[in-house]
Amino acid sequence: MAERAQPVTRAWPGIGAAALVVALTLGSLAAVALRAESPGRFAAADWAALRFTLWQALLSALISVTLAVPVARGLARRRFAGRGLLISLLGAPFILPTIVAVLGLLAVFGRNGLISDVLGWFGLPPVQIYGLHGVVLAHVFFNLPLATRLILQAWLAIPSEQFRLAATLGFDARDVARVLERPMLRDVLPGAFMVIFVICITSFAVALALGGGPKATTIELAIYQAFRFEFDLGKAALLALVQFAICAAAALAMLRLRVPLAHTAGLDRPVQRWDAAGGRQRAADAVWIGLAGAFLLAPLSMIVLRGLPGLASLSAPVIAAAGRSVLVALGSTVLAVGLSLSMALAIETLRGRRLAGVLETVGYLAIAASPLVIGTGLFIVLFPMVDPTRLALPLTALVNAVMALPFALRILVPAVARTERQFGRLADSLALTGWPRLRHVLLPRLRRPLGFAAGLAAAMSMGDLGVIALFAAPGEATLPLQLYRLMATYRMEAAAGAALLLLGLSLGLFWLFDRGGRMNAAT
Amino acid sequence: MKQPILFAGLMALATSAVAQDRPVLTVMTYDSFVSDWGPGPAVEKAFEKVCDCDLQFVGAGDGAALLARLRLEGARSEADVVLGLDSNLMAAASDTGLFAEHGIKAQLDLPVAWNDTQFLPFDWGYFAFVYDRKTVSDPPKSMQELADSGLKIVIEDPRSSTPGLGLLLWVDAAYGDGAPMLWQELADNIVTVTKGWSEAYGLFLDGEADMVLSYTTSPAYHLIAEGDDSKAAAAFEEGHYMQIEVAGKLAASDQPELADQFLRFMLSEAFQSIIPTTNWMYPAVMPEGGLPEGFETLITPAKALIYPPQEAAQRRDGALETWLNALSR
Repeated sequence: MAERAQPVTRAWPGIGAAALVVALTLGSLAAVALRAESPGRFAAADWAALRFTLWQALLSALISVTLAVPVARGLARRRFAGRGLLISLLGAPFILPTIVAVLGLLAVFGRNGLISDVLGWFGLPPVQIYGLHGVVLAHVFFNLPLATRLILQAWLAIPSEQFRLAATLGFDARDVARVLERPMLRDVLPGAFMVIFVICITSFAVALALGGGPKATTIELAIYQAFRFEFDLGKAALLALVQFAICAAAALAMLRLRVPLAHTAGLDRPVQRWDAAGGRQRAADAVWIGLAGAFLLAPLSMIVLRGLPGLASLSAPVIAAAGRSVLVALGSTVLAVGLSLSMALAIETLRGRRLAGVLETVGYLAIAASPLVIGTGLFIVLFPMVDPTRLALPLTALVNAVMALPFALRILVPAVARTERQFGRLADSLALTGWPRLRHVLLPRLRRPLGFAAGLAAAMSMGDLGVIALFAAPGEATLPLQLYRLMATYRMEAAAGAALLLLGLSLGLFWLFDRGGRMNAAT
Repeated sequence: MKQPILFAGLMALATSAVAQDRPVLTVMTYDSFVSDWGPGPAVEKAFEKVCDCDLQFVGAGDGAALLARLRLEGARSEADVVLGLDSNLMAAASDTGLFAEHGIKAQLDLPVAWNDTQFLPFDWGYFAFVYDRKTVSDPPKSMQELADSGLKIVIEDPRSSTPGLGLLLWVDAAYGDGAPMLWQELADNIVTVTKGWSEAYGLFLDGEADMVLSYTTSPAYHLIAEGDDSKAAAAFEEGHYMQIEVAGKLAASDQPELADQFLRFMLSEAFQSIIPTTNWMYPAVMPEGGLPEGFETLITPAKALIYPPQEAAQRRDGALETWLNALSR
């Protein structure tokens, strides 16, 4: 691809987007560090926190990705009623506010949950969910769907001609796996693993709620402690830096591990699978899809069931908060898609140069960012100039967009690369560059990944408490914040209703964008 | 469905900018105080009736987040009054040097004497383990009995939550040198430790634990707002640690008179009568009509435990160490 000389100038929007990410993540960290009165120091307890953090993230990511492969394979090669709906619902666990998802999980796996009830009929003791396994279970619940979607995306991108050719050559399922699927997995798995690994590093509410005690202390909780218990900004900044370092190391390892596909081009035709028609494969796919569906949908159903009574009595402040959240989510989506598309294009333009790797690593930084540090850093920077509470909603939209960026990038970078590989030469020979190339070559083929990325960004923004908790003015709450306020004032039933509304709106937005991207796409 | 929601959202955005000519008093407080279900809206209405001013609340997380926010803003803070720190945070708040003396001699109805010159209490409560009468028929009568029982409890993490810190000091105050031992015995009762009160209380209501660390006043919410008398707080013979919530005036306030007026108002009937059924705590000054019906069913601890602010600040690091050691085994 080196012969396709791409001027670096075309990468400028993407480089600008990356600079914005750096400013928000490392910049906010620097702002916090500069305000510190003394440099932070690592204590013994922080090492224990680091070990626990890495260990649970490693387990969670490994299990999520491993389980996602057979589920994605099943979804990739089967057509059944409700498949589209199931794929849309797969987005749900990931976008729920942690507290809602945890309560949903406990309704199934908790001491008083469905499974314990069933065990009780047979005189067995209830499930013990609290501990490392509880943390991992919750993380798999959150991330299995994401991993499945990422892998499914890559599966569906294998050109149909190749399966056609494989069938002509008399390949059985094992040959197809060896020749077509395994190379694809080597391309996509490291990225999926890495994203989930980093998510699990920073998610601390889950670790805290299900970990069962201070054994389950994560770095993010240590940051919290430094801020709130000790008000030691130096230590908070140091811990946040460690979090970034882990993330950067993981991103670099991933870039190295990843073996980019050398697939040939196809004609964008729907995929038909001759190799997977056997009864055993059908049965295996059905079992995997069924198990994953039950694991993911049972807690969601519990959230719906417990939310229904509260739904009828939703109060005006909750509805208004929902309106604000939808606006913030839409703004955040536009930003996230703009930032990630420009970065993905820049990465493709610069492919082979060191800068491309830097851009891709920067794209992941945001997941490793502690919302507490970003929020505090923004506050320190903005406070001398303007009252941050006046900017609460736009700031929330911006920070949410940057938080969604790593995921959007994970979706768009391979898609852009694939399209360029397949159609780049043709476009070059037609001298299609700039906007016409984007409009006629890239965008039509990026519809599905763009729709997925936009859906994810919208839904994540809906469900995220984000920085608004740090400086919301009264009467400017978003729906997740309002949900926490309801809970903080004992109104658990109303909170359950608000959670259901939140689930519905998040899924609705996700479905709209994702569906929009898949329209007219037969595959 | 979508359009009315969008419209409501836009309306809410549009109405936030209203022309001002009255003086503005800014009160920084914790988030649940200003929520639509907290005391904030009613307090604002009542004070604006008497002050000819515009009372604006600024919300920030909970008590500890409030102090962190104040430290970040420092003397440039636009806030005139900070409301919602608790007695455990008072020493650190006072050390910032940002608070002015209130100069108010108040008749307070607290179980302990109050003579702080910078901070005035606006409400108070006792920490307690709350249970459901339907599942726990014979509640423990002390922390030791709880530790010896097979009851499962949810508590809050002292590093991220003010009730969690309260429990540390409670055990420390009641058991002294025996605290490490007690925590070790309590360890197998603790189902999990949550980030904040809401998570813990939510888990308890969903039946994940038999008891939850909350307040003696929590059952009043269920009784008064929901007509449900099944929740109760267990009375412990060693006494209950208190949480006293306070407010103070910032030295850098540009509205010092209004701030004084607000602090006096805070201890008046109009403010105090709002507290019991919005913040679900005891008022610092008993309203003329007494407490709302239902509060008489609550337990009254035999002994009120509390460290003076300086001592609370000194003891908390050691207490945290003890806690971490006992529960990390």
